[in-house]
Amino acid sequence: MTFQFPWPAASSPAWFYLDWAMWILSAIFIAWMLVDWYRTDTGYSEDVLTSSREGEIEAMSEKHVLKG
Amino acid sequence: MSVASTAKDAPQKISLLRVLGPAHVWALGVGIVLVGEFTGWNFAAGKGGTLGAMIALWVIGLLYTAVAMIDSEVTSTVAAAGGQYAQAKHIVGPLMAFNVALYLVFAYTMLEASDAILVGDTMVQYASDMGVTGLTHHSFIVFTVVFLVWLNYRGILMTLNFNFVITALAFLSIVILFLSVQPWSQGAVLKLGEMVTKDNALPYGWMGVIAAMQFGIWYYLGIEGTTQAAEEVRSPARSLPLGTMTGMITLLIAATMTWYVCASLLPWQYLGQTVYPLYDAAKVTGSPTLQFLLFVGTVLSGIASANGCINDAARAWFSMGRDRYLPAWFAAVHPTNRTPYRALIFLLPIALAFALVFDINQAITFSILSGVLHYTFMSINVIMFRNKWPLGSIRRGYVHPFHPLPALILLLLCVVTFFAIFLGYGTQLIAMVAFYAIVSLWFHFYRYQYVKRGAQFTMPWPKPQGY
Repeated sequence: MTFQFPWPAASSPAWFYLDWAMWILSAIFIAWMLVDWYRTDTGYSEDVLTSSREGEIEAMSEKHVLKG
Repeated sequence: MSVASTAKDAPQKISLLRVLGPAHVWALGVGIVLVGEFTGWNFAAGKGGTLGAMIALWVIGLLYTAVAMIDSEVTSTVAAAGGQYAQAKHIVGPLMAFNVALYLVFAYTMLEASDAILVGDTMVQYASDMGVTGLTHHSFIVFTVVFLVWLNYRGILMTLNFNFVITALAFLSIVILFLSVQPWSQGAVLKLGEMVTKDNALPYGWMGVIAAMQFGIWYYLGIEGTTQAAEEVRSPARSLPLGTMTGMITLLIAATMTWYVCASLLPWQYLGQTVYPLYDAAKVTGSPTLQFLLFVGTVLSGIASANGCINDAARAWFSMGRDRYLPAWFAAVHPTNRTPYRALIFLLPIALAFALVFDINQAITFSILSGVLHYTFMSINVIMFRNKWPLGSIRRGYVHPFHPLPALILLLLCVVTFFAIFLGYGTQLIAMVAFYAIVSLWFHFYRYQYVKRGAQFTMPWPKPQGY
C-alpha cells in the first residue's frame, strides 16, 4: 500500500486556500514547539526542569487541623 | 536569550501554576463532554428507539451524577495533577494507580482523536452541503490537534479561557436551536407525538434500552476530567466541586434539550445512524441561519473537547513520570509556560496517528471502554476512601451525601454498561482488558523497581484506619 499525501483539491477557491492554510499553520506551530523545546532543554538543567513534586503546595498550606 | 544567561537566571524549582478558578473547571469538564450532544448520543436511538435514548439519558445521567459527587469529595482532598491517578495511588495502591493513569491517557487521547475526526468531517460535510467537491478532512484534523497542543504548550490559563468561550458558544447554539423551534408549542414545528408512538418508542423492547446504555455515555463522557486540573486550581477544595457540579447540571440541561429537539424533528431510524443529530435537526427546520449556527456549534464543541482532552492526557502522563512510573524525563515542566511540555509533545503524534488511521467509531469505542473501567474503579475507590479515612479524620472540601448509595449505583450501572458494550463490541472489550493485564504485569515485575516508593505518597494525611 503506498501513501499518497492528501494535497488540497477542493473545487471552491476559498476552501482550497483554507485547506492549504491549515497545512501551513500546522507546520508553523510544530516548528515553533520544536524550536522552543530545544531551547528549553538546552537552557535549563534536567534537575530544574523535573523539580516539580506532587503535593508541595498542600504540604505548606494544609495542616489538616480539624475544628469543632 | 543566550543559553548561559538562561541557566544563570533559572529558578531552582519549577512547578505547575495555580491560576484557575471554578469557571475554568467548568470549561474543562463541559468542554470535554459537550461534543457528545452534537454527535454520538443519538446512536442510542438506533439501539433502543427514541424513548430508549431518553431512558439512557436519565439512567446514565444518574451514573455520572454519582461520578461527579464521588469525584468532588475525593479530589477536594487529593488536589494533585493526574486526578484519579493520584487518588488511586493514595487510596488503593501503585498498581491500581498505574492502570487508572493508563485508562485516563487512553480515554482522553482516543476522545481527542475522535474530536479531531469530527471537526474534519463536519467541515467537509458543510462544504459538501455548499456544493464543494474534492475537500478531504486531513488538514483540518492535523490543524485541530497541532494548534490545540500548541495552545496547551503555551499555558493553561489561556487554554482554558479559550475553552470557556468556545464551550459557552457551543452551548448557546443548542439553546438557540431549542428556543427557535418553539418547544412550548408542540405541533408548531416539533412533532414529538408523531415521532414517539406505541410502535416506535421502544422498537427492540427493554433489551434495546440496555444496548442503548453504552451510547448514553456520550451525553456525559469526560466530566470527571475536571480533576486533572486540581494542581492548577487556586482553591481546589472549593473550585473543583463547584465547577464539576455546575458542569454536570449544564450537561443534564443540554442533553435534555438535545433529545427533545432531535426526537421531535427526526425519525428514530434516521436519528440512530446520523453523525450530526443537532446539525441535521437544524437543517430540517429549513433555516440557513440555524444550519450555519449548528455547524459552528458542532465544530466548536469538537475543538473544546479535544482541547480539554489534550490537557488531561498530558497531566496524567506527566504525573506518572513524576512518580517514576514512567521515565522521569516526562515529568519536565516548562520554566516559562509552566506546562508539562514534554508530555504534551510526546502524545501529539500518537493522537494524530489514531485520528488519521482510525475511524470515529473505533476511536470512541476504545475511549468509552477505558472510561467505564475507570468509573468501576471510582466506585470501589470511594468506599475504600471512606473506610480508611472516615469523615472527621481529614479535611474535605465537599462531602457527598447518601454514602455508599452513589458508589453502589455507580458500580451497578457500570456492570450494566459493560454488558451493553459486550453486546456490541465484545472483541474490543476483551482485547482492552487483555492489554491492561499485560501492562500490569510489566509494571509489577519490571517498572516498579524504578519507583521511589516512599516519595510517591505526598498527601499530608494521618495514617489510615487499621494501619
